[in-house]
Formats: sequence, C-alpha cells, structure tokens
Amino acid sequence: MKKGYFGDFGGQFIPELLMPPLIELEEAMETILPSEAFQSRFAAMLKENVGRPSAITYCPNLSRDLGLDLWLKREDLNHSGAHKINNTLGQGLLAKMMGKKVLLAETGAGMHGVATTVAAAMLDMKAVIYMGATDVVRQAPNVNRMRLMGAEIIAVESGTKTLKDAINEALRRWLSDQETTHYCFGTAAGPHPFPTLVREFQQIISKEAREQFMTRNQGKLPDVVVACVGGGSNAIGMFHNFVPDESVKLVGVEAAGTGEPGCYSSAPIDHGTEGVLHGMKTKLLQTPEGQIEPSHSVAAGLDYPGVGPEHAHLDAIGRVDYTTINDTQAINAFKVLSRREGIIPALESSHAVAYAIENRDKLQGQSVLVCLSGRGDKDLGILDEIL
Amino acid sequence: MNAMQIKIEEAKARGKVGLIPFLPAGFPDREQFWKELEELDAAGASVIEIGMPFSDPVADGPVVEKASLQCLADGVNLAWILTELRKRKGQFKAALLLMGYLNPIYQYGLDKFGKDCEAAGVSGLIVADMPHEESQFVKDAVEPHGVALVPLIGLNTSKERMALYAEGAAGFCYFVSVLGTTGQRDALPARIKEKLAEAREVFDIPIALGFGIKHPDQLEQFEGLMDAAIFGSALISHIESGRSSDSFMEPWK
Repeated sequence: MKKGYFGDFGGQFIPELLMPPLIELEEAMETILPSEAFQSRFAAMLKENVGRPSAITYCPNLSRDLGLDLWLKREDLNHSGAHKINNTLGQGLLAKMMGKKVLLAETGAGMHGVATTVAAAMLDMKAVIYMGATDVVRQAPNVNRMRLMGAEIIAVESGTKTLKDAINEALRRWLSDQETTHYCFGTAAGPHPFPTLVREFQQIISKEAREQFMTRNQGKLPDVVVACVGGGSNAIGMFHNFVPDESVKLVGVEAAGTGEPGCYSSAPIDHGTEGVLHGMKTKLLQTPEGQIEPSHSVAAGLDYPGVGPEHAHLDAIGRVDYTTINDTQAINAFKVLSRREGIIPALESSHAVAYAIENRDKLQGQSVLVCLSGRGDKDLGILDEIL
Repeated sequence: MNAMQIKIEEAKARGKVGLIPFLPAGFPDREQFWKELEELDAAGASVIEIGMPFSDPVADGPVVEKASLQCLADGVNLAWILTELRKRKGQFKAALLLMGYLNPIYQYGLDKFGKDCEAAGVSGLIVADMPHEESQFVKDAVEPHGVALVPLIGLNTSKERMALYAEGAAGFCYFVSVLGTTGQRDALPARIKEKLAEAREVFDIPIALGFGIKHPDQLEQFEGLMDAAIFGSALISHIESGRSSDSFMEPWK
C-alpha cells in the first residue's frame, strides 16, 4: 500500500508550504512517539489526568426495553467529557517534545477545542482554536470553557461557518505559524500522517473495550460494535482492535441531517462521492463539478462534508457497515438514554445509540457495544429549543 | 520550450520582468472577465493566470477567496472556462495558465482535462493543493498535451525538495514569497533573497515571484534573482474599486 494511503484513500493533498511541517511531524511519530520518555509520560497522563481506563457500562433498563444486551464504552467519563482528550494529550505531548509552543486546532462541537485547551494548559502551551461562527453560537458552553482555560478563540465567518471552514482557516494559520505551532488535528482525517497519528491515540478505546467486554462476558466478543462517524476519530478508535475479529459486526453511523429528501446531510460515505479535500482523497459531499456541498447535522461534531480516509477504505472493502441516523432519531435516543439509564449522551454519540434503538428488531438477543464518545451537557441549550 | 517560458524570456530580452497577472475566471462578471483578459494581454502580460474557482481555497487569502466564491455563485465551472477559452484560442499574445485546486479537475476527469486544455490553448497548470509526492498522475494526464505543471516552492522548501520539483519542470518556477496565503503585503521577508539564490542554482527555467506583490518598487531588491512577477489580490482590489486592468498594468510597463 502506498505510504500515507488506506487502499485508494488518504495522501497528502496540501500546498507544498505545508509539506515541511508534515514531514517534521512524521519524523517525530517515528522517533519521539515510540520512545520510553514519551510512552511513560503519556501513559501516566491518561491514567492520572484523563481517568483511563474508562468504564464499560451495561444498560439493564434499555436492554430490557429493546430486547438486546446494550453496553456502552464510556468515553463521556473522560476528563473534559469526550474521547477527544486521548488525541489532544498525545499530540500535545508530541508537539511539546518537538519544541513547539502553540497548539492550533479546529473544532465543531467544541469538544476537540476544549480537549486541546486542556492539553495546552497542562503542558504550559498556548491554545488557538478556530471555530465556525454558527458553532460558536450553538455550542456556547464549550466556548465558555475554552475561554476560561485560556484559549484564544477565533470565530470563522467564511463559507458555511461550520467545521469545514474552521479547518480551512486553521490550515491557513498553520501555513504562517508552522515554526512555533503544531496543528493539533481533531479527527482521523486530513493529510498523512494525521489519520494514522489520531488513530494511534484513539485505538486505546477499542483496546480497553475489547478486554473489558470479554472479562465481563466469559471471554466472548460482542456481536455488534457501533460508533458515530463525523470525521471518524472515535469510530476508528472503537473499531481498530475489533477489525481482525471477523465475528464482530462493525457499524459506523453517519448523520442524515433532517432526513428529508434534498436536505443536506453529513453522510459522505452513504451519500457522497470520491474526491479530494483538506489534504486527503476520501468520500465527500460535493457537486458534480467538485465544489464542496454544505453539510448539516443537529450534532455540530458530525457536521462535516468529508470523512477520514481509513473509513472510506473500510467501507470499500466491506469490513464496516456504514448507515445513517437522522436528527429526530438522534434526539429521541438522547432522551431515551437520559431517562432510562441516567446518562446524557452528546448529540453526536446519540446517533450511535439511536442505531441500537432503531434496529432493535434485527438485533434481538444480540450484544451491542456502543461507543459513547462524549457527554451531552454541551447540547442542553440546543435541546431546550427543540424539546 | 513551453510557451510560458518563451514569453518570459522575451520580456527579459527587452530588459523587463515578465508580468503574470492573476484573475479568477468570471471575475468581476462572466462577460467583463474576457474584456479584462484582453486588456491585460494588450498591456504586455507574459502569462495570464486564470483561477479555477473552488469552494475551499486554503492557499488563498480573503481577497481571492471572496472573488472566487462570487464567480462560483455566478455559475462558473471548469466546463465553462475551457469552452470559452477554446472559442478564443489564438486571440491572446500571452501564454495562458490555469490555477486551482485538485478536486474540480479530478471530477472533470484528468484525461479530458488534459485534452481540453490543449484544445483551449492552455500551456500551464498550477494545482495549489498538490505537492510533488502526489503529482505524478496529474503530470501524466496533462504533459502529453503540452501543459506544464508549474512547480510551487517557498521559503521553507529545502534545496533537496527544490531538486525534486526541478526535474523535468517546464514553463517557470513559482516562488511563494511568504509563509502564508495569497494577498498584498507591505513588506516581504528578508529571507527571500537567499532562497531565490538557492532556487536559481536548482532550476534552469525562469523564476517568478508571487504572493504579496502589489507594486514594481517591491521587486528592485530582487534584481537578477527572479524573472517574473505574479500579482492577483492587488489586481482584483483595483478592479473592484472600478478601475481598469490597463491602469493597473501602467506602472509595470
């Protein structure tokens, strides 16, 4: 397989001026990342600061309601409230050991921005966060948290004012500030080596979940593993160590938006075509002329017209089933999990929970392990308006 | 020799710097665009760089981005650009170069793109989001049709990487003057001279300086180190303020 590629997908489709920092990062991945100095400090940070290992939780009430065994991998219990912290602490520590002073990040729902800000504060670095102006409004609690912890937040007014445009602006900033700044990319997407680097930091989710599930189930593997897919970092982390287990069905849940015909979705694998954006060849929502279409999801973290290249590959080889859940179904799952189990999921993760609810008939009697990628406190403002 | 190089060498022979104006296709509107091109051509442009608008132009600053999005909203696409250029083939003295991002070209179809560029009289191509490592499949599609893939290098490009770009390069080398996006700057980085000198040692084709250029006075310090100047944002702003391409070109003549 060509370097930096997953089958036909991946690559480094970025301006030449960004190649030197990407090459520098790739070298750091090969030298600093495997070092004892990095690994021991990173392991300590994950334990002491993040609270790893995160629990897996059996949901007795919802399992009874649905007629299946529902388990959750609780990334919502991580410090800062989502899986994002696994990646930002990893990249932050790597950047610090590379001699960088600033962590630059884009964010959609704000969870990656919060996690980057936490990492910057812990590592005595500066955080600069680009966020679409639309997302700044709809994810205000996270904006406040980032400001409190010292981040510089830049509201992006261009384009669709969401995650896609925040990535564009962050890439532009990185062009200028590459000598002092590490671009702490938030998902398993973008130019090589980011998809591999982010997966490396997120695969701990499935490493733990696989062991925990087997310990609790007499050595058996789950029948189905489910995760929501925006850019795809929690999903690639949740799938990675199950990929060799052929008996385990892997399901990636994309956002179908309002679900109405003609509505913008955030489902490039289900509704998109092959193309090139943000440094990678992948599947995209685009016009026949190659212009990028706006995406839509009630979950800001899924609101992205592209997807990480490894997901496009896993789809192409048929190892993962990708499907969609719409806004209404996700909001229903948000309410159901809150009421039946006392767990408020992020709207992003609600898409994965909704898969189990919507497909309960065909999942009868099966064990379903869902990645609960984040907690839903940040979404209460949106839900106040909707409920 | 590629038509772009011939035109820049002609300017050099007259003791001038080659002039490479940039306009997004369809700017300021789909009719006026062709009149601007005629003016730029008559005013002595060596190469005219035509932007292929893209929804997510990460290498561009706000002026070019806004103009490009306006063109997209007016319905500009690659098929229109190449069809209209084909109708005007042979009408321009300047060499023609298309500049854009990979995805629209990819969707158009690379083989068709190469053929249609040749039919439209296009002799150069810049793909802003395509470093050397990813470029071979595009080269294979366009070079047989006489279209040179112009190398884009900058202040942080090592001499080793310059050599990768120099191998088989034709037309000219585009040297980006800043670490950043397109757009006018009052001052250019001091390191440009040293890096231009390195590029001179590596490339045997003309070197053009772009990004941040708005007036010929800025170039005096680089005499002998570069052969052509590229300007886009300053020209776009000039046209947006209701003035002509011809008047913009006046101080450069």
